[in-house]
Amino acid sequence: MKYLNQNFLYSIMLLNMNVNISLRAISKLHVKQASNFLINGRRFISTSRILCQEPIKNKSKEKVSFPGATGSYFTNEIRFIQSIDPIPTYRVMDRQGKITDPSQDPQVSENFAVKIYKDMITLNILDLILYDAQRQGRISFYMTNFGEEACIGSAAGLDNEDMIFGQYREAGTLLYRGFTLDELMNQCYSNENDLGKGRQMPVHYGSKKLNFQTISSPLATQIPQASGAAYALKRAGNKNCVMCYFGEGAASEGDFHAALNIAATMKCPVIFFCRNNGFAISTPALEQYKGDGIASRGIGYGIDTIRVDGNDVWAIYNVTKAARKLAVEENRPVLIEALTYRIGHHSTSDDSSAYRPKKEVEDWKRLDNPLVRLRKWLEDKNWWNENFENEYRSSIRKEILTAFSKAEKLHKPSITELFNDVYDHPTPNIIAQRQKLKQLIEKYPNNYPLEKFKNKGKDL
Amino acid sequence: MQTSRFTLLYRNFANNIYSKPLSRNRFIHKAFFHATKKILQTSGAPPPAEGYLPGVAQSKFIKSTQEEALKNSELMNTGVANGETKKMNMFQAINDAMGIALTTDETAVIFGEDVAFGGVFRCTLGLAEMFGRDRVFNTPLSEQGIVGFGIGMAAVGHTAIAEIQFADYIFPAFDQLVNEAAKYRYRSGGLFNVGGLTVRSPCSAVGHGGHYHSQSPEAYFTHTPGLIVVMPRSPIQAKGLLLASIRDRNPVIFLEPKILYRAAVEEVPVGDYELPLGKAEILKSGKDVTVVGYGSQLYTLENAIKLAEKDIPGLSCELIDLRSLSPWDVDTVANSVNKTGRLVISHEAPQTSGFAAEVATSIMERCFLRLEAPIQRVCGLDTPFPLIFEKFYVPDMTKCYDAIKEVVNY
Repeated sequence: MKYLNQNFLYSIMLLNMNVNISLRAISKLHVKQASNFLINGRRFISTSRILCQEPIKNKSKEKVSFPGATGSYFTNEIRFIQSIDPIPTYRVMDRQGKITDPSQDPQVSENFAVKIYKDMITLNILDLILYDAQRQGRISFYMTNFGEEACIGSAAGLDNEDMIFGQYREAGTLLYRGFTLDELMNQCYSNENDLGKGRQMPVHYGSKKLNFQTISSPLATQIPQASGAAYALKRAGNKNCVMCYFGEGAASEGDFHAALNIAATMKCPVIFFCRNNGFAISTPALEQYKGDGIASRGIGYGIDTIRVDGNDVWAIYNVTKAARKLAVEENRPVLIEALTYRIGHHSTSDDSSAYRPKKEVEDWKRLDNPLVRLRKWLEDKNWWNENFENEYRSSIRKEILTAFSKAEKLHKPSITELFNDVYDHPTPNIIAQRQKLKQLIEKYPNNYPLEKFKNKGKDL
Repeated sequence: MQTSRFTLLYRNFANNIYSKPLSRNRFIHKAFFHATKKILQTSGAPPPAEGYLPGVAQSKFIKSTQEEALKNSELMNTGVANGETKKMNMFQAINDAMGIALTTDETAVIFGEDVAFGGVFRCTLGLAEMFGRDRVFNTPLSEQGIVGFGIGMAAVGHTAIAEIQFADYIFPAFDQLVNEAAKYRYRSGGLFNVGGLTVRSPCSAVGHGGHYHSQSPEAYFTHTPGLIVVMPRSPIQAKGLLLASIRDRNPVIFLEPKILYRAAVEEVPVGDYELPLGKAEILKSGKDVTVVGYGSQLYTLENAIKLAEKDIPGLSCELIDLRSLSPWDVDTVANSVNKTGRLVISHEAPQTSGFAAEVATSIMERCFLRLEAPIQRVCGLDTPFPLIFEKFYVPDMTKCYDAIKEVVNY
């Protein structure tokens, strides 16, 4: 073994980093006639198995040498693999809130469980009020979360320092982390207290304090960003992960595939959470993909994958905790597919009765409701009852309406905010355009709704 | 038709080989190999991948001595004005800049396709060995993934230097760049930003690149508020501008004219220095015509100006390198045109909606009454970048010279 020297071992190390072959596998390579070649004076071993094969021990499982699939073995049978068995769906509670397997009991405290339930009720009532507000023309747009409130369970399974990249139907996770009703209302009303400074449509929340990246409208763009952020967090050594939410429709975008692939190759501590609610606006899941949901794709990318009942808050909580452990301790990305049903419309610009029967929606609401399941579980433990329910519902409703009318009365942000934050400092073209707008408003003040804005345009 | 020299030699050789009994003689094979090599060399070797632009090395703007290089007023406050310089070509200068960036910033990483072994243009040569494979690494083949990944890293405060192998392939990442990176700070109300993102990409013509190895896509990005677009012209400029771009707190697209990678060697200061973004540079002072360009086109313009000044005695042209295209230095160009009254703008990218349109309109707005002649644009044609017709497509020295003459004789 004349090559067993420093160079050889170094090349093995490089080979290992290149190809992710375990050291054990490498030691089995018979380096009789190593195909060495020189690049810039460094000796490299080729990334394929050595071409002169050892004598075939097991004729039926002759391994493949090609670098593209080192785990494969030869076969003499033409067999098109059509599908694998459908991936099972993990569940803790049944539809009546009864734990199906005691070993999966989440074992949480009363405060913890009640907080989650209260946040779900808050979200529910918030949605009802803001949806109506849009219908009355008070806010321009809104998206409800009906049917997907159990998503809050995933926020409960994370650390507060874990960064969240959402899509748009994860307001529950923000509420769980402590986003106030005021902050939420301010964003929906685009008023002067909006953290986003009135620049985006309602429900495009963001909070640096709560580690929730600002929502953007293009779908799936956040998924490769989540991979990159996770890689950075790994390098920083904080033992935090990234949580990335998206729907089954967004999972058809190229960004999804690019993201999973790079998360796997770079070993990023990221949890990909797909809310498969059966619809992408009007497109049902049957028209969105042909394979076994989104979960089957994770396996293709070499990612730990699990499917979970998306209306079962404890199932989501358990799975998120387990996924977080894998991500943070072993730097493995995880794909969670949470199956649920979108009870509401896609948004206020949509009327889903145009593409699905109202009865189907009502059946789902009645028979498999995340709030009802958790409530029944709580009531079984005597941690909740009818009185608490009514009390909480009316008090939170009052709070929401107070925040609502407060937000409505505030001014819109100063018009200067139109020009800020394009770059970290204003550039000559932006400064010139701001000057020009100032002069225009002074010339034609009645053509613009200046009263609505803080400082009425005088600070331009 | 005259038989080529290669064919004659080959026939002669083949006759000799095949008419004699076959002898498994290694020397014959070696001889054949060397003979072929020699023939190819004398009849014209294949062009290098990044192209070959003779004449750049002779350009007056290339600082080939240490004295020239350090005389630069922009280097005065950077700490390298009295320092050591080293002969570097553009890819070596870029390599040096990235090495300094990774040394001074613990969160900085470099990634893209094939960057680990050194990159297809050797810009990242040796960096993986120096900083480790967790900081300089290959990504799968997906530009949207590369840029998305970079945005994510920058969003949590790290420095991401992403490489797109050819600017022609930047388009899958267009959504991430325009809809995400550019708007990240603005849409979040300043809560988040991706200032740590820099996307580097080789661009522009090489002589044989055709549609997909020659594009200059700067105009797509200068049209997007929130992005910064930079294009250097030489090794010293590339190092300083790249360090400034990496450290700038806004997402930057750094386009590198690939034909300049090995075209010339300059005495580049080895220290850590930055050159200002958003500022143009006057390469040559003049009083009659303002000529504006950027990247590799500057050397074509230099030659056109030389010829024009020879043919029109007394003519003096002012040559300006924009360097930054977004935001661009309107004041420097406007001041120059107010002095000369004539403007010629040139770039390789197609004419319609090209960057010259932006320069021409802004200067027209600022200097309308001062202009002595219509502003001339000398640009690529409004066709995809052709292979065999490249010499007719590009704004070559002839076209630039002609435009200068036209603007003078109006």
